[in-house]
Formats: sequence, C-alpha cells, structure tokens
Amino acid sequence: MDGEPVVEVANAHLRFAGDVALDGVDFRMFAGEVHSLMGENGAGKSTLIKAMTGALRLDSGVMRLDGKTVSFSDPAAALRAGLSTVYQEIDLLPNLSVAENIMLGREPSRAGGIDWPRMRSAATEALAVMGVDIDPRSPLSRHSLATQQLVAIARAISRDVKVLILDEPTSSLDQDEVNELFRVIRELKARGVAILFVSHFLEQVYEIGDRITVLRNGKLIGEYKTAEMLRIDLVQKMLGKEAAELTVLESRGPTPAGSTDRKAILTARGVGRRGATKPTDLDVLEGELLGFAGLLGSGRSELARILTGVDPFDGGELILDGERRRFHQPRQALKERIAYSTESRKTEGIVGELSVRENIVLALQADLGWIRRIPRERQDELSASWIEALDIRPAEPERRAGALSGGNQQKVLLARLLALAPRVLVLDEPTRGIDIGAKVEIQRLIGDLAANGMSVVFISAELEEVLRVGHRIVVFRDREIVATLDPDAVTLEMLLAIVAKADGDD
Amino acid sequence: MNAKVTAPVAAPTKDGGFDWRRALSNRVSWLPVGASALLLILLLVGAQMRFESFVKPGVLSSLFVDNAYLIVLACGMTLVIITGGIDLSVGAVMGFSTALAAVMLNDGVSAAVIIPLVILAGSLFGLLIGVLVQYFDVQPFIASLAGMFLARGLCYVLVPRNLRIEDTTVLSLQNHKFRFGDWYFTGTVIIAVMVVFVVAWLLAKTRFGRTVYAIGGSEQSALLMGLPVARSKVLVYVISGTCAGISGLLFAAYTAAGYALHGVGTELDTIAAVVIGGTLLTGGSGYIFGSLLGVLVYGVIKQVISFEGAEQYKFRIFVGVLLLAFVVVQRAIVSRTTSRR
Repeated sequence: MDGEPVVEVANAHLRFAGDVALDGVDFRMFAGEVHSLMGENGAGKSTLIKAMTGALRLDSGVMRLDGKTVSFSDPAAALRAGLSTVYQEIDLLPNLSVAENIMLGREPSRAGGIDWPRMRSAATEALAVMGVDIDPRSPLSRHSLATQQLVAIARAISRDVKVLILDEPTSSLDQDEVNELFRVIRELKARGVAILFVSHFLEQVYEIGDRITVLRNGKLIGEYKTAEMLRIDLVQKMLGKEAAELTVLESRGPTPAGSTDRKAILTARGVGRRGATKPTDLDVLEGELLGFAGLLGSGRSELARILTGVDPFDGGELILDGERRRFHQPRQALKERIAYSTESRKTEGIVGELSVRENIVLALQADLGWIRRIPRERQDELSASWIEALDIRPAEPERRAGALSGGNQQKVLLARLLALAPRVLVLDEPTRGIDIGAKVEIQRLIGDLAANGMSVVFISAELEEVLRVGHRIVVFRDREIVATLDPDAVTLEMLLAIVAKADGDD
Repeated sequence: MNAKVTAPVAAPTKDGGFDWRRALSNRVSWLPVGASALLLILLLVGAQMRFESFVKPGVLSSLFVDNAYLIVLACGMTLVIITGGIDLSVGAVMGFSTALAAVMLNDGVSAAVIIPLVILAGSLFGLLIGVLVQYFDVQPFIASLAGMFLARGLCYVLVPRNLRIEDTTVLSLQNHKFRFGDWYFTGTVIIAVMVVFVVAWLLAKTRFGRTVYAIGGSEQSALLMGLPVARSKVLVYVISGTCAGISGLLFAAYTAAGYALHGVGTELDTIAAVVIGGTLLTGGSGYIFGSLLGVLVYGVIKQVISFEGAEQYKFRIFVGVLLLAFVVVQRAIVSRTTSRR
C-alpha cells in the first residue's frame, strides 16, 4: 500500500552555525497520510522542515517531489510547488485584515487592482473550511492566538496544496479547536494531501498520525507505523533514555502532610477585571503546588497576571500576609518576592540577544537597581550554579540565549526568577512547546521547590499534567473558578468534563 | 454549528442593522487619520475666529500651491515609513533636482528633455538607497543619510551660487494660475494631486501596496508568505526618490532658482507631516490621504504664524509640540489594540 512517496528526502546533511543539525537523515511522505515527525527539542525537526520548505539549504543530500529532484531557493518556490507550511510561531501580519492574511501573495485582481470583494469571499470560504466564522475585514491583531493559528492554517490549505506541513499547530488551540483541525486534516487526507504533523502531544499524534519518523540529535532513529508502535517505545526512542526514567511521569511529588491547615500567603477576595476575569476568591497556601486548569481564555492566565501585578484589577482586594495590597507593576510584586513567568517565552521572557548569564542575573540586577552592579565574579558564580542546578544545556553561560532550545530557554527563565528567591512563583505554561524529557525535569524541579516551602502556581493547558503535578487544582471556565479539586479524588475524565462543560453552547 | 471560535468582532448584529462598533473596530488604523482631520478642522476654525479673513478661497488655495512640493515628498515618504524604514535624503535630493534643472535650463537644454531627466535623477538616488538597504543590509537611517550627504554635496558642485531660472515652460507650472472665482490652482498642484492619486492607488489597490504593509507588519512573515519582499523594498525607496525628483521640479518652478541650500531640513518637515497624518513610525499602518492632511495641517500652522506676523521659529515650536502629541496618541492607539487580544 506504500506506493511511491510524494516527498522524499535522502541522506540530508546540514550544519547550522557550526553545529550539526541534520546528519544523514532520510524522510518520506505519502499521499493521503499523516506523518508525524517526533523528537526532542534540538533533534532536527524544525531544521528538516525548514530545509524542505526552502527556508534553509541542505549542505548535501537530495529532496524529491513526485520523483523529481527539487531544490527550493526560498519559501515562495516551495509554495508554488505545492508545499504549504504553518510555522510554530504564528507568522502572520497583525497589522493587516484576516482576509489579507489568508490571500496575500495571490490576491484576485481586476483591472490591475486588487478585487476586494472577491478577496473577502475567498477568505470567508477558506475560513469556513476550518469552521471559523469571523469577519474577514477585521484586523488580525483583534483575534486570539488560537484564532490566528486557525487563520494561518486556513491560509495554508486554501491554495492548491500537495504537501501540508503543520509545525506544532495545536499548541495554542483548545480541545474543540483541535477537534476541528483534525476534522480538516482528515478531509485533506481523503483528498490525497500528504500531511506532516509535528506535535508534542502524544495523544494527538496517536489520534491523527499514520506514520512516525523519530529523530534524535540530528540523526534518524527510524520510521514506524503509528498503529504498530507502543507509546512507551516511542518515547524511549525519542529520549534515548531508559524507559524506567519515564516512571517519573507517573508520580506526583508527595502531597505535603497536613496541607489542610496551612497558612495562606496570598489571598484574593473578589478580585477581577472587566473583560478578563469575573470577581474571584482564591487562596495560595504556603508550600503548595497549586494547579490552574482550564481552556485558553478561561481566565487562568488572566488571574495569574493579576495576582502578580502584571495586569491591574478593578474590583475586590488582594491580601498578602494579612495586609491589603495593590500592585501596579510587576516590580512591586517582585519586591514582595512574588514572581511571574510568562507564557510567551519568546516575546515577553527571554532576551534572545543576551547571553544565558545575562538573562539569569537580569531580574536580580533589576531588583537591586542599576547602580549596585552585581560583580562579574558573582554573576559567573550565580549563572554557573543555576546552569548546574537546572541542567541547562549547553552548559555555556556566554551562549546567546536565543540560540537555546525551548526547554532550555524555559529553564533560563526559571533560573532568573529563582535567583530572586521568590515566596510565590507563578508559572504560566512553563512546559509548553518543550520536549518530554525537559518537561519531566521541570515538573520535578517545581515539585522540589514546593517541597522546600515555596508556593508555586502552575498553569498548563495539559490537564493530565496539572493533575499529576498539583497538590490542589483550581478549574477555570468562562472567566471564573468553577471548582477546586483534590487531584487524588478526580480522574482525568472527570477533570476534562468540568473544564469542557459547554460554555453557553446552543 | 462547528467549533466555536470566539472572536471579538465576529458578533453578528442583534438587530440586523449596521453595526457601527464593528465597522469602526475594523478600521482602527484610520483612527489617527481621523484625528488629523479633526485637528485640521479645529485649526481652520480657530484661525477663522482669530483672523476673520482666514478661511476663504484665496488662502485655502495657497495652502495647496505653497505646499505642492511637500505633498509629493510626503507621498513617497509614507510608503517608506509604512515598510518600517525612513528616507532622510528627500530634502537634499529635491534640492539636487532643482539645481540640476536650473543648470541645464541655463545651458539652454529644452524643458522636454530636462523634466524626465530631473525626475530620473531622483529615482537613481532612491535606487542607490534601496539597494544599500536591501542587499547590503544597511540601516535605512544610515543609507539615506549617506544619500542625503551625497545629494547635498552635489548641489554645491552644480550651483555654487544662486542660479536663476528663466525658462518659461518650467516657470509656467507655478505662474500660470487657473482661476475659478476666488479659487485658483497651478500646474504644480495638478502634478501633486496626480502623484497623490497614483501613490494612493498603488498602496490601496495593488499587490505591491499590500506587500508594503506586510513588510511593515513583519518582514520575516512576509518572506515566509512568499511575498516579493526584496523587490518591493527597493521599489519603495525608488518611488520615494522619484517623488523627490518630481518635487525638485515643482520647487524649481516655485522658487525660480537653483540654490545649494534648497530643501535643507525639508526631509524632517516631510516626516513630521507624514506622522501627523497618522502613519506609524514603526511601520505597518498609514495612508496617503492622511499624509495629505498632515501636509495641510503643517501648511495651516505656517500660514497662521505668518498671519500673526510672528517669528518663524515659533512655527517650529508649534510643529514640535504637535508631533510629540501625535506620537503619544499613536502609542496609545497601538497599545490599546494590542492589549485587546
């Protein structure tokens, strides 16, 4: 049933900034099949995708499309040949309308000018395929990240596509949207499109994927049929570690004894902001790991940002150590050692141009003020100890932080906040878009922190992760807290039911 | 029926009528232009209250006639700024074109030859800057600064002393007045209006125009979308240079002389007019119509100051304050729209 592959990459080699990114990789895709490219961060997935779409050039090796050798000089050439790509970081134009974002580059024209009505109707059609009903005239920046992601996919599939590459398309989608995306993927499959699906969510890979190729450190590990591959084997191949280590995935840190009579550090009474969260009551207890569960836009991140002074609140009161407080800036919260780690690692977190060392000392230095400079030896010492403690790789303090993989960037961010010795640490999706190995490490780290008396608020889109990590779980829906649960008393299915309960569906 | 996608502006109108809020939110990028139109009206009303003879056909006509060259420069500059760049060379290139026209006219070359040549000279400067920016990866600020020095230096070579223009064809662009009652306009105004229409059409109706906005939004994304980024970026500077060439011709007719110091600081006036007209200095948003309003605001202020009989430096102070206010308003609008997500 295999037949001839649509796309075939053979013996691909590529060096990137001196490092070997691809080392003799073979890869093929078949019409009407969903192929998952799996591997840890830094395995070479993104590099392979970029090489296939003409964004990078292979040093050696060939790529064949329909049996013919091709070499794309830029993404435009790949697009013309029928290779459409949706990148991990949404690469759209926030300043233009939804219609333009879908149609740009092939606008219908009339009398030398753009035919706007036809452009809008074509965009509406493309969106309808995705089951999205939004005004094509509205500026893209008005829409949520998830909607933008769907727009990006609508753009990719609205042209004559032979091969569709989806790099982490689901990372900002909620369950409904993922289902909708999968419906579209199945339709495209039926039309004979070859689909490359990259995702960190194993469940999704198993739900939609037909074939899996595993990469590790730029090398090909193997190509497998999804149906014939056990999850545990897949993970082991990706990590190259003993499966035994994975048992960590299954265990939560010990629930602190006597957690019921713990003191509340941070208390919210009726705290909310119009358009973000409804008035909410919440206690963050000493030394607990508080999990926030909920869909995107359910209020989980919004409340976190209010608690940490990132965003203001317009009602209710915030009580810290029994005192009413109001933070106008994250600085003020930081003075009380309440730290927030953002979900947008790239845009609001890591300063890519600075070194790992500079990124780690950044918050501490800001805390001290710019006059009292941290001596260089102290900086070196600090960064070296955090790099060791969090196992940041490569262990080079002078490396540009932007060059690190997602998981390691996250660790650098963690190190930056931990250097402040926070009492309350709020982590917004600290494990998004990073590989399983790094995920496990970060989860373990967070567990250790709580065991040492720090209060950690842990936000994740992965319910199963929240369930595993949290000592107590707060469920958000429709911009308010709908339940506070004991993770030992609920199953994933129960949690899912609470989170997903139809929000005003009709 | 399918997946629910919540989007702030997708809400259908409940009463089936025209949804003004939605229409407005879709056109948020026109907001600064509206602000500039409002400002223009306020200025005119204020001026009329102070000098009873301000808002009348003669004065309003002169607004266009006196600023025709600036309108043309602003059109080119708007394109450049929308891509996120800047062109500091336009004042000097305009001066150079004027000087070139003056020298050749005095050598007895016919106006029919000179006009395309002068405009072409401007385009070449634009091409130079565009190539530097795109292919040599030079910051637009630096590349156009180099173009500015080069053009200004060449001005001194061409016209060490003030050189009068006597040619009637070129001068008639300014001197021949088409009158309609108390209204009047000149050839320079016709040319400026034509440039406005052509550039506005390019920006609003062509793929090139969309690519210009796309580059301003995110150059990386525009590249990944397969848009002709390199070509468009160079073209934007070529158009700006061409506008400077045309503007040099208008300036030659306006001042009837070539002079090495013509247009010193005009690039800054142009940028000020474009920004007051609602174009974001960070790129990605702006309209030619706005820039036209910006030039008119600028012209009205200048006129008011001269009606007052006040020193011209006061005009600078006024424009400075306005510019500051507009940049702040822009920031406010931008941060409001991004925080809506």
